Amino acid sequence: MTNYADSHDPALESATDIMYELRLYVAGQTPRSVAAFANLKAICETHLAGRYRIEIVDLVEQPQLAKRDQILAIPTLVRNLPQPIRKIIGDLSNTERVLVGLDLIPVADHR
Amino acid sequence: MRHSPHLSARRHVLQKAPTGIHGIDEITNGGLPRGRPTLVCGSAGCGKTLLAMEFLIHGALEYAEPGVFIAFEETADELTRNVASLGYDLELMGEQNQLVVETIHVDRSEIEETGEYDLEGLFIRIGFAIDSIGAQRIVLDTIEALFSSFANEAILRAELRRLFRWLKERGVTAIVTAERGNQALTRHGLEEYVADCVILLDHRVDDEISTRRLRMVKYRGSTHGTNEYPFFIGEHGITVLPLTSASLEYEVGDERISTGVAQLDEMLGGPGIIRGSSMLISGTAGSGKTSLIATFVDAACRRGERCLFMSFEESVSQICRNMRSIGIDLVPWIDQGLLRFSTQRPTAYGLELHLMSIIEQVHTFQPRVVVLDPITNFSAVGTTSDVKAMLVRLFDLLKSQDVTLCCTSLTEAGGDAEHTDVGVSSLMDTWILLRNIETHGERNRGLYILKSRGIAHSNQVREMIMTSEGIKLVDVYLGTGMILTGSARLLAEAQAAAELAQAEARSERRARDVERRRRVIAAQIAALEAELAADEALWQEEARQEAIERRISQTLRHSLRQERHSGMHGEIPSSQVRLDSDD
Repeated sequence: MTNYADSHDPALESATDIMYELRLYVAGQTPRSVAAFANLKAICETHLAGRYRIEIVDLVEQPQLAKRDQILAIPTLVRNLPQPIRKIIGDLSNTERVLVGLDLIPVADHR
Repeated sequence: MRHSPHLSARRHVLQKAPTGIHGIDEITNGGLPRGRPTLVCGSAGCGKTLLAMEFLIHGALEYAEPGVFIAFEETADELTRNVASLGYDLELMGEQNQLVVETIHVDRSEIEETGEYDLEGLFIRIGFAIDSIGAQRIVLDTIEALFSSFANEAILRAELRRLFRWLKERGVTAIVTAERGNQALTRHGLEEYVADCVILLDHRVDDEISTRRLRMVKYRGSTHGTNEYPFFIGEHGITVLPLTSASLEYEVGDERISTGVAQLDEMLGGPGIIRGSSMLISGTAGSGKTSLIATFVDAACRRGERCLFMSFEESVSQICRNMRSIGIDLVPWIDQGLLRFSTQRPTAYGLELHLMSIIEQVHTFQPRVVVLDPITNFSAVGTTSDVKAMLVRLFDLLKSQDVTLCCTSLTEAGGDAEHTDVGVSSLMDTWILLRNIETHGERNRGLYILKSRGIAHSNQVREMIMTSEGIKLVDVYLGTGMILTGSARLLAEAQAAAELAQAEARSERRARDVERRRRVIAAQIAALEAELAADEALWQEEARQEAIERRISQTLRHSLRQERHSGMHGEIPSSQVRLDSDD
């Protein structure tokens, strides 16, 4: 049903039913924020359809939340689940690096 | 004096935020540039974080300017613990919205960069922290940590520039700390962004003695001291010593205080030395300097005055034990908080730090009497002129606060007694010289007052005796052109007494002799007079008989003449009979 059926990595195969909880920190409706959200949405639909949840945190509205995940750079994507927590910064335009950051492509395979 | 009159446009003069740190406000003529960032750079462990933290603490407590501490390296717990040793409670200050510690931790290994970004999150966090307590001061310690967290240096530098501009726009007074670089002031060239004020901290070791130094590299729009100023991290934080702060302008009083030895007070004209003056006690080893000074301290504590005793040779317990042997118990004064000891080896750190340590303790303890025992040990850590320069500053400072200073100076045995190794005698108001007088196989202590400004003082030598009831001064034996002390004095005094008794006996005997002779002579006179009287009586008798005989012979001749004329001889036998009966 998904592209992961093609994957030969047993670890990834066994991880196909894991739920991804993602949190995207932005600061206002900046072009970069909008782009980051669009890029994330596309990647998730492609690689994690049906098993991801995205929470958007706008620090302009909720600045106290920046402390929770030690956010400095904007935009920052935090993968809360599965453990361990991973952070990806930038507008997520480099899909390959996003997939590495989310552990969707093993680092070793990514040359 | 500090503000030149031609600075009429005072309104346009740079506004300053006082740091509240001893010395820094003097060097900067009032503090750091208000509403602007200041860069504090220096190598590891030179006190950057402490300086920055003190800036915030003093700002919050003394100038009602709340502050935010953005910690990139240490946690809030660590910082709280570190300043707790200085007597500040960061947690309490946090609860009272005086100071907020915001820890920003970034670990590069858990971050993947996937395109363009900015540090708006950092701005939001800083802004949120500032707004949460209405902070007017902020510290970023040390923002360089970001360089190891983000790979894209171009973005980072652009964001830092934006950050400092943003802080200026917000009008917060900021301190940014940075590590010292090899060539530049900072490792990542932060001085490029912070152009207004740069403070460099340094931690050097010269002659095995480490000294921290502070220098204002730059202070745009303000005059500032340009020297390297030594500073000191004591139990109350940083103290910087501006070398030029001491001057000769101070009020002097004429209150007198006792030295604790009644006889010495008498030698000093009665009431003792002048409060706020300086007293030097010099002498060779074992001449009783510390004992005399401890007596002075004891007297001050009895008056209820706080004393600071800087001991550079002996430990507290050693001094207390030794002084008990002469009947002085200092322990109660320590317990009552009147006496504070500070024992440090002179070689523990440099001269400047010693000076600052003393000054810091004078500031915090507010003593009326300060004792330095002995000052000669400083020559181990500096040249004579350095030591003198330091002491001059200390004396001036203490005098300006009406603190009485008492120091001891060790004279090398065999050296000139009227000479101090550190050449400070000319600065002292009162100079008491203790000398070991070695005669007849024993050493005794002689005490002289070499000088005492403003006091009519004795020119006499006294012998100083340490008894179990304290120090006593006695008159030395002055006789046959020499002074005698100790058992020689006692012997001489006994001899003098014996001689006096002998002389009295001699004179009595002599009086008796004379009396006897007088009586003998009187008797002789009487005898002679009697003899004379006898002679006189004999002479009168002879004269009478002669007269009688003359009369008889006249009578005889007369009657013979008459007889020759008349031829009669009958009357001669009758006059002969009358003569016989008279005999």
